[in-house]
Amino acid sequence: MNEAYRYFLIFLGALLIYNILLIRFIALCPLIGVSTQVETSIGMAMSVLFVMTMATTVSWVAWNYMLKPLHVGEFLYIPVFILIIAALVQFVEMFIRKSSPPLYRAMGIYLPLITTNCAVLAAATESVKPGFLKLNVAYHFSLPEALVYTIGVALGFGIVIIVFACIRERLETSPVPHAFKGAPIAFIIAALLSLAFMGFANLLGL
Amino acid sequence: MNEGTTGWQEFRKGFILENPLMVLMVGLCSSLAISTRVENGIFMGLSATFVLVFSNIIIASIRKWIPDQIRIPIFIVVIASFVTIVDLSLKAYFPPVYDRLGVWIPLIVVNCIILARAEGYAYRNTVWHSFMDGLGMGAGYTMVLLIMGVIRELLGTGKIVLFDKQIISLGSFNPPAIFILFPGAFLTFACLMALLNRYKMRKKA
Repeated sequence: MNEAYRYFLIFLGALLIYNILLIRFIALCPLIGVSTQVETSIGMAMSVLFVMTMATTVSWVAWNYMLKPLHVGEFLYIPVFILIIAALVQFVEMFIRKSSPPLYRAMGIYLPLITTNCAVLAAATESVKPGFLKLNVAYHFSLPEALVYTIGVALGFGIVIIVFACIRERLETSPVPHAFKGAPIAFIIAALLSLAFMGFANLLGL
Repeated sequence: MNEGTTGWQEFRKGFILENPLMVLMVGLCSSLAISTRVENGIFMGLSATFVLVFSNIIIASIRKWIPDQIRIPIFIVVIASFVTIVDLSLKAYFPPVYDRLGVWIPLIVVNCIILARAEGYAYRNTVWHSFMDGLGMGAGYTMVLLIMGVIRELLGTGKIVLFDKQIISLGSFNPPAIFILFPGAFLTFACLMALLNRYKMRKKA
């Protein structure tokens, strides 16, 4: 398979076909919790893209140059990755607070939340642990492939959370049965969106 | 501090009043993803309960020595150790189940229920209360997983299979496969929540 096409498939697979929110149910808490306004959703999507790319890069390096040569990856990867993510989030928060106040205002409040966002840990784990991923393109990512995969996952997260927020803003003024007000109707919307995303299954043989 | 309450009260609140999934709305991801089969629910529920109970016990017993500023990393390390135990034991003794649950076992680390209970409960309460709290929360989580598993497996495949034995079969019923697919999870959960809301409104009125 030609090189560029493989990158394209990894990206598309992560973005749409195995969409992290609607098809794989990872990181649903921010989807329900943060998506009440379009503006906050955009902030969240940006922060996730930022942290996820960095976390995957560091985890990939830690796995390939530290955990794997020392043969401790099997039982140490969970604590190591989660600590990398937690430390990275703290560091990024301190750094942008000092260096760029406008950026901090835009995504500062979301950063601590991202530590426990399962999407970041999932993307980091899947980019290094072969066989975890159900994409049949490649089972062992090189660093550029892992990056393309992560960016796909993060953009997939962003698209869905923003679409979701737009629908929920409209919903504020719509008549909804009493028992379904709030979270239940959000889940019904998620079901319909997920139905739509299922249409991407088997696209390009993925 | 909840010194006045008995362990039983702590256990019971996890079921309905503060059910982690239905009321507190934490730990949703895993419950929706793996509730396609009752069997998955049993294993996932037990694993999460195990981690919840033991991390609560450890955190409650060392709570006096944990410095306030770095408590979150300490919680996460404690939780991650127990998750690693579950991860490796499932892989060794139940390989088919481990394959089906896949990424969800390592993701117990970031399951908000566990960190929320560590931070919100075990850090401030005695070992005994934290133990009962962990047990109750775990039981509430498992209960919802089982309810969803029963609904989805029964409607989606027309039968319930537990440990390779068929328990219930709907006979000639033609199952709508949507229930074991992704939208079915959202639909089932939305309906369960709406039912609970309705029950609460009735009680209030």
